[in-house]
Amino acid sequence: MDACMSQGEHLAVKPIAHLARLHLSESQLAEYTVQLEQILGYVAKLDALDVTHVAPLAHPNPIFDIARPDATLPGLEVAQFQGNAPHFAQDQFSVPKVVE
Amino acid sequence: MASLHSSDLTTLRRQLLSREISPREILESLHQEISQRDAALGGYLHCDLDAALKAASQADLSLPLGGLPIAIKDNLNVEGQPTSCASKILHRHYTSPYDATVVAKLRAAGAIPFGKTNLDEFAMGSSTENSALQITRNPHDPSRVPGGSSGGSAAVVAADLAIAALGSDTGGSIRQPAALCGCVGLKPSYGRVSRYGLVAYASSLDQVGPLTKTVADAALILQAISGSDPRDSTSLPDAVPDFSAGLHEGVKGMKIGLPQEYFIPGTDPEVRAAVERGVAKLAEQGAEIVPVSMPHTEYAVATYYIIATAEASANLARFDGVRFGHRCAEPRDMIDLYARSRAEGFGSEVQRRIILGTYVLSAGFYDAFYLKAQKVRNLIQQDFTKAFAQVDLLVCPTCPSPAFKIGEKSSDPLTMYLEDIFTIAANLSGVCGISVPCGWTALTADRPALPIGLQLLGPSLGEATLLRAAQACEQAVGFVRPAR
Repeated sequence: MDACMSQGEHLAVKPIAHLARLHLSESQLAEYTVQLEQILGYVAKLDALDVTHVAPLAHPNPIFDIARPDATLPGLEVAQFQGNAPHFAQDQFSVPKVVE
Repeated sequence: MASLHSSDLTTLRRQLLSREISPREILESLHQEISQRDAALGGYLHCDLDAALKAASQADLSLPLGGLPIAIKDNLNVEGQPTSCASKILHRHYTSPYDATVVAKLRAAGAIPFGKTNLDEFAMGSSTENSALQITRNPHDPSRVPGGSSGGSAAVVAADLAIAALGSDTGGSIRQPAALCGCVGLKPSYGRVSRYGLVAYASSLDQVGPLTKTVADAALILQAISGSDPRDSTSLPDAVPDFSAGLHEGVKGMKIGLPQEYFIPGTDPEVRAAVERGVAKLAEQGAEIVPVSMPHTEYAVATYYIIATAEASANLARFDGVRFGHRCAEPRDMIDLYARSRAEGFGSEVQRRIILGTYVLSAGFYDAFYLKAQKVRNLIQQDFTKAFAQVDLLVCPTCPSPAFKIGEKSSDPLTMYLEDIFTIAANLSGVCGISVPCGWTALTADRPALPIGLQLLGPSLGEATLLRAAQACEQAVGFVRPAR
């Protein structure tokens, strides 16, 4: 954990924001860099624990993937969700052209 | 009839069954109060009286919650009503096409969903100041926060602008605002209640639960919303007990653990004293108070802010400006559409958490942050397992201080995160918890008396015992809500 936060090095927020698909201004990037470094500094307290032989816990319950019967159930009709779409035409969500 | 709004579910149900009052009269009483007082409080984002009156006209009063209105946190889908999550990315862009399972279950129990309450945007916060739509104020001091993220639900219940409400709790978001506003807030065990139709923040931590005026009312709502749901593969198939049946059996013979790590320096002295008085009352009632240790408690906040943000970064990827929600003007291409829509739609706390979550999941850092946090989560859960091998319940403060001033912590995210220091471990471990009002701070020249919450924590699916002890605490403490 310490390796990515070595002294004098700043968190590179811009490429992370790109991965997260967030277009941020320079002032936002600067603000978040300071705040996230502070948070990561706090989070580094986990380094005090030796967890080498501890199993990771992704979920609080031992069972968490209870499947229902594989039966076809009625879904939403187009009329129920098209009004929520920013652009909707010919029963489809419309987006900018992907292939030129 | 003018005071119907200030009553509770149990009392109103009795009056409804004896035909002293009608569901319509309750709704009209509430609506009148909301019209007069909510502009100052800011608890509601949306109220559809016509839809509620229509439901009231068809209410089956023989059902457990027949004809009783319940406010709904605005991250839960109510068919035909807007769901904004207090975010610009959904506000005015989304009408729910279906009911969340908890809402459908409330309707099946006869209740009437009435009003959508304010929250921290996407339930990310501890003060409701992160709402992109409005400020919600603490009913006991309008210069202070109601807590969060279910601050709207807690404020309207405490202010008698709702009889009861639903909230969601990912790191304390039901219990902490309940404590700060002076009402009861219950986080069910993970899997007790379906999450289908709850807009996901952190899927392995989120649970829906009630905010009420009394413990008995919390039991009524929990009864209605509990149970497995084929639409939520994490909801548990276990039978749901009768939560009201043993409510008055008291705590005699019960072993209640006092975790030393939850009584730390930095806790407000008045909070500590009020909780200690509550613990003494439980002992007077016959509970055996046993000191216990939860040695990994101090790592809970750090663990939470890795796991919750990682899950949030994945869950909030669905808000992409394509199928619902805000879309930026004239996008150049798909990446531009995603990136600008999300930057324009999400507020700063949501952006911060998405970035942190993306970072801890990214190649090179996954093991150092996310995997490590999952391992520490295991240690935190083991603390609870060991404690519940010795005791039936745990007791501690709900939060370290009473309601703080609006703006006091909003510029420092880390300080705000530490507000949840006593509530977060329960979410990481999946156990159940409840906050019960246990007293007031002293009235001073600078500050009115503010409510204080006592938290009880129980093992997974241990809500019946939890509610029994909470009821005993409520009775023994004799918390008096101010008349309105």
